Amino acid sequence: MNARKKRRLYFVLALLIAGAGGAALVITALNDNVLYFYSPSDVGAKHIQPGTAFRIGGLVAAGSLRHGKGAEVAFTVTDGKANVPVKYQGVLPALFREGQGVVAMGALDPSGSFDATQVLAKHDERYMPPEVVDALKRSGRWKEGGT
Amino acid sequence: MTAEIGQLALTLALALASVMAISGLTGARVTAGISRDLASSAAIGMLVFIVLAFATLVYAAITSDFSVLNIANNSSLAKPMLYKITGVWGNHEGSMLLWVLVLAIYTSAIAFARRGSQRLTSAALGVQGLLAVAFLLFILFTSNPFLRVDPPPFDGAGLNPLLQDLGLAVHPPTLYIGYVGLSASFAYAAAALITREVDASWARAARPFMLAAWIALSVGITLGSWWAYYELGWGGFWFWDPVENASLMPWLVATALLHSALATERTGAFRTWTLLLSIAAFSLSLIGTFLVRSGVLTSVHAFANDPERGTFILIMLVLAIGGALGLFAWRAPSLETGSAFEPVSRETALLTNNVLLIAAVSTVFLGTLYPLFLDALTGTKISVGPPFFAFTFVPIFVALLIVLPFGPRLAWRNASVGETLRPLSPALGVAAVVAVVVCFVVRSHLLAAIGAFALAAWVIAASLLDLVQRRVRTAASVAVALAHAGLGVTLMGIAGTTLWRAETLSLLGPGETAKVGPYTLTMGGIERVDGPNYTAIRADIHVSNEDRTIATLRPAKRVYPTEQQETSETAIRTTGVSDLYLALGDERGRGRFVVRAYYNPLAPFIWFGGAVMAMGGLASLWGRVRARTAQRIIDAVPAE
Repeated sequence: MNARKKRRLYFVLALLIAGAGGAALVITALNDNVLYFYSPSDVGAKHIQPGTAFRIGGLVAAGSLRHGKGAEVAFTVTDGKANVPVKYQGVLPALFREGQGVVAMGALDPSGSFDATQVLAKHDERYMPPEVVDALKRSGRWKEGGT
Repeated sequence: MTAEIGQLALTLALALASVMAISGLTGARVTAGISRDLASSAAIGMLVFIVLAFATLVYAAITSDFSVLNIANNSSLAKPMLYKITGVWGNHEGSMLLWVLVLAIYTSAIAFARRGSQRLTSAALGVQGLLAVAFLLFILFTSNPFLRVDPPPFDGAGLNPLLQDLGLAVHPPTLYIGYVGLSASFAYAAAALITREVDASWARAARPFMLAAWIALSVGITLGSWWAYYELGWGGFWFWDPVENASLMPWLVATALLHSALATERTGAFRTWTLLLSIAAFSLSLIGTFLVRSGVLTSVHAFANDPERGTFILIMLVLAIGGALGLFAWRAPSLETGSAFEPVSRETALLTNNVLLIAAVSTVFLGTLYPLFLDALTGTKISVGPPFFAFTFVPIFVALLIVLPFGPRLAWRNASVGETLRPLSPALGVAAVVAVVVCFVVRSHLLAAIGAFALAAWVIAASLLDLVQRRVRTAASVAVALAHAGLGVTLMGIAGTTLWRAETLSLLGPGETAKVGPYTLTMGGIERVDGPNYTAIRADIHVSNEDRTIATLRPAKRVYPTEQQETSETAIRTTGVSDLYLALGDERGRGRFVVRAYYNPLAPFIWFGGAVMAMGGLASLWGRVRARTAQRIIDAVPAE
């Protein structure tokens, strides 16, 4: 084997090892760290186990916002067909409004209410999280051009 | 009338870009000297017309000409003048115009610099011409900033308030200088393949452009991260948001490219690999543009949600990347390979650098695009968050930092193990001392903290030592030391902020207090303060340390009535070594507000390190330019 072939072989081997190592890390990491997105209807239909982290999205139900002790808040996320109560301890995003789109990250507690670790709202009046649009379309509540 | 001038200028620029593409590629043949000159002239003409088009749009923005749809949609009378100007590139159409403006500047630089052989320059101009044609067509047909609206509205819809910030004035242009700069090294690589001049000369010709792109990307990413830190109010500096990843990926490949091209230039090693990296770096820039501009991603950056644009960019992506890779596959097997090297040598070190960087890019690429593919194929919506990247990207980067100090020490082709390791032992000592200090003096028994600071010390100490121990210090050696040490400084910042952060969330009314880190916060009062195009609520929060009042911070919340939007104005007090960071939340009745407070040790180091890295790049660029000027003077002496 001449020097050039040898070098090429080393190079390919190094790439393969790095690639395999990377792939192994990626696959393990993806298995553990992927967050699924569910609409309130999905939450009922898919029997998600309490403690499994996921993201939920829909509209904040009108009149559902309640302030608790300290920075605690509670509200309901709806897609028009199903409702899921959400509890959250923290600062609500600037554009959080009743009747507007919201995405929350967290997990269900044993009582079936959603313990949010993070709450995101849309960035501006023209923008709605696409997942929420999708969830509303599926539940038949999406009006093109409406808010 | 002005919009029509802009429209006309863009059309003429398109015509010149076509001329440049055709004549440039014809000029790549040995004989076609006239074509080569034509391509250069066309490049300069194109720049003139694109500058004119851009100036026209800026003029329309300054004069609030709402008969131009783009201005009506993105500006308003009440907006401060500075943001009227920077808002020009704060929307999709304007930012694409900025993109081609930067492309035209680089193209003219290629024409003027005439680095490499005449055929190489000509072919590179031809490739740049093709890119310019594609982007100008894209602007004229899907994203025209000069469309009129009749009748014009009395006031515009305004600009996203998150973007009404000085950060926006500089962040996108810097990133574009980086993204588009990679088109120059892409063009040179394609030109080398077209002309079959794949020796060291193309890499040498392309290097200043690679460096400029890398510096701009470093600065752009640093600025973007700083902007997210103070503007978004989450206290974080990096969110592994797909748009952030879209800028990180070209930076990582450009870093690999700078290292691999170094070997190609010096010993002719990795010729084909360097070509491939040049293609990959620009391809990732294009993919980044596609991700950000097509609206497939959701973020502040997703200006528009127009599938037609997405399709157009996707076609452009396939043509550019597919074309370049096809050319590569066709020509690469017939190319000569470079000289051989031993397992212990600078080349091996650079190879290791490349393998690790490419592995790191791959994990970011997968984490960013996997959710998109999964959604497209199965409709399942998932998101990949920071834990994924912490698990994949971080170990690879740690490995990279551990081996990094050896690289600059190793001799080319064949190095001695002993001579390389011996001068490094003081750096190892410094790392050990830092580990002990973190463990027993700072009393942080987190293994991650001890490891991270020892690693940062290892990288910084080794880089500085390398500079001190050298007999001759060149611009290049200063550049290496700065770039590597900067990485260590950033690592310290990241480690300090993520591992030692203190965070409190409290509901404060006047006179109430909260504690964060070493500080006590006392709510003074809340007042209304209005700006030119917003109303705001501001809190006066007194900060004290061991019963001594040291500062009053004023975090605020703004409401922009035109845009119907709120933003959080954080208040940050930095000591240079740590940040106290306050964000005002929503009111929870009886005059009490949610206040989010963070104590971020070493946070300023994150951006300081980025600046040091960029300075390393500048040092290298300066050394190159000076050497080239000297060479020109020497060349000029014996008249031809």
